[in-house]
Amino acid sequence: MYEYLETAEQPENLKRVAVDPVSRVEGHGKVSLLLDENNNIKQVRLHIVEFRGFEKFIQGRPYWELPVLVQRLCGICPVSHHLAAAKAIDQLVGIDPATLPVSADKLRRLLHFGQVLQSHALHFFHLASPDLLYGFESDIGKRNILAVLGDYPDIGLQGVKLRKYGQEVIRMVSGKRIHGSGAVAGGMNKALSRAERDYLLEDIAQIINWAEAAVALVKKVHTSNPSYYDNFATIRSNYLGLIKPSGALELYHGGIRVKNERGETLIDQFDYCHYTDIIHEEVRSWSYMKFPFLTSLGTDMGWYRVGPLARINNCDFIDTPLAESARMDFKQHADEAIVHSTLAFHWARMIELLHCAESIRLLLNDPDIMGAELLAKGERRFEGIGVIEAPRGALFHHYQVDENDIVTKANLIVSTTSNNMGMNESVRQVAAEYLSGRELTEPLLNNLEVAIRAYDPCLSCATHAVGKMPLQVELLDAAGRQIDHLTRHSNGKFERANQ
Amino acid sequence: MRDTINIDGRNIPFEDGQTIIEAATAAGVYIPHLCHKPGYSPHGSCKLCTVNVNGRNCSACTFPAASGQTVLNNRRDLTEDRQRLTQMLFVEGNHFCPSCEKSGNCQLQAVAYALHMLDNHFPHFYPQREIDASHPEILLERNRCIFCNLCVRASQEKDGKNVFAISGRGINKHLIVNSASGYLKDSDIEIDDQAVHVCPTGAILIKRTGYQIPIGQRIYDHQTISEAALQQECADGE
Ligand code: SF4
Ligand code: FES
Repeated sequence: MYEYLETAEQPENLKRVAVDPVSRVEGHGKVSLLLDENNNIKQVRLHIVEFRGFEKFIQGRPYWELPVLVQRLCGICPVSHHLAAAKAIDQLVGIDPATLPVSADKLRRLLHFGQVLQSHALHFFHLASPDLLYGFESDIGKRNILAVLGDYPDIGLQGVKLRKYGQEVIRMVSGKRIHGSGAVAGGMNKALSRAERDYLLEDIAQIINWAEAAVALVKKVHTSNPSYYDNFATIRSNYLGLIKPSGALELYHGGIRVKNERGETLIDQFDYCHYTDIIHEEVRSWSYMKFPFLTSLGTDMGWYRVGPLARINNCDFIDTPLAESARMDFKQHADEAIVHSTLAFHWARMIELLHCAESIRLLLNDPDIMGAELLAKGERRFEGIGVIEAPRGALFHHYQVDENDIVTKANLIVSTTSNNMGMNESVRQVAAEYLSGRELTEPLLNNLEVAIRAYDPCLSCATHAVGKMPLQVELLDAAGRQIDHLTRHSNGKFERANQ
Repeated sequence: MRDTINIDGRNIPFEDGQTIIEAATAAGVYIPHLCHKPGYSPHGSCKLCTVNVNGRNCSACTFPAASGQTVLNNRRDLTEDRQRLTQMLFVEGNHFCPSCEKSGNCQLQAVAYALHMLDNHFPHFYPQREIDASHPEILLERNRCIFCNLCVRASQEKDGKNVFAISGRGINKHLIVNSASGYLKDSDIEIDDQAVHVCPTGAILIKRTGYQIPIGQRIYDHQTISEAALQQECADGE
């Protein structure tokens, strides 16, 4: 759609604008724009510095370290990596999801729901709500969680408490709020005690109420300005994710389902252990991050999006009642089978938040989470693949080990990589539709970030301080000399250097 | 009247042939240590047990108790020295506690906590050390070896074998395995040997058992190393 903006025909005479780093996104990203003299956009690229060294780093380590080692990949969703790695090393001890002890399966799900809940709450309330509540071109001083807490104290506080609750679930199951243990090859290292279960049950009704309110809030924001929300950064794409055998929304384990932009199912209930048959990754010279695509459709047509929007689009229903009715509501909003609106990621994310809260209540009332049988073992194997629906989308962990239990090969496809093309397309759409021909200002540049932020990309391991996006806009002449220079410092002050 | 030594103002009885650390432990006084273990011959290499005896610093694990000794143990300057020594142990090896399977059960980590060590102070050496995963049941993770010599002593004194030795000097010091190939799989080590279970850090491990003890139930989750040491060593002495 907007591929023509990936590479400009004559980049020599264009101004370069770099938005670096993208603030309020987990990690580091950089958007570069090339503009002509009339501020028409000629080239847009989102560059993400991805930490690929990790696959090398885990080579040579004993496999049972993996679930704990890989948590270091990400400060925001360590539990997703923990569980994806655990699912992979289950296979090394001969255990598949079907043979994992029931209690271990449910404890892992509980851990995962806690993780998705806290991650979605963090993203929506801390990172996205300032844009949604104040508008995308609002005063930068407002665009942070502190302003939200001041102006909408209830909403801000609910966000903080929702996140905290998710972290408490994680702590009870894995021993620590971050970087706990919990999942081991073939099961879990502990069940929930009655006291821990009761402690979590105390607040769950309130959490479900707040999650419902969050869905209502995001719906209200979205539907109050539908043409904007439906079109901003919107691109049509394929969607990929795990699905339950029944077709219900699934976050922990299932087959792969892919729908195309018209909502037709291209792949269904596909065993992810054969993912290399359907997904390949393309390298492009200008980006450190790879571009995954469906081999059946090829590099141009085969890119897909993952994450909350993909999951809500892909599933036939949700097996918890409140989230299901929220999903129906969501689907009604679109006039076609698939919701392509990029900002609808936020809405889908809150539906999942509600689903997590409801699922946590179900699991807490299930005596299996206090069960004693937690570990199983079968015949050992030398290759393991674990896929999980992380908060940001399908996450692939793939390992090979030698006969001495040492990792010889690792391949990870993280959710943000799957969304690489989607994010690039969304950024180009915004640049083409909203920025082109207008003079660049900070609020306009924030629009680019808003598009990226909708995907909740996890770009590396660090969180950024909010509202501190240093920007540099350079206008270069044909010879590459700087003729104008606009800087916005991290304290929000602009400085123009005309030479 | 029995002979006594005085540790930090307290008179403590001792028996002939006891070292200062043995007398202290029997009286419930903790002196930090890593290479000392009750029932093993003293080695005196880590120097963590350094105390001041009548004005001179010496190793409590090798120094015999003698009547009339005035011993300073729980003193700020000594704690600071011990902290520096522990920091050196951390930077000389490759110790990554957050992902280490011995975390929570590791004496090096627990001693660091007890000494209130908050950083490494010294620059990391990042030495290159080899993992020996050749044995089907036992993993030798040399990155975490602190050269306490306990496995060497255990193999010789307890197991009647001679599986381990420490070789090389300075940064090149490393633990070697006594077998034709140099690999553990070709040695006569067995999983029930004391040498397999004695390592204070995560250098000698039983394979495929890591992380199975949940956080909260590991040794040093619910007690400090001094409590654990006094309890354990009293039990050993009985
Ligand atoms: S392997 Fe363990 S017991 Fe042996 S010398 Fe090294 S630290 Fe001490
Ligand atoms: S314990 Fe005395 S020198 Fe190590």
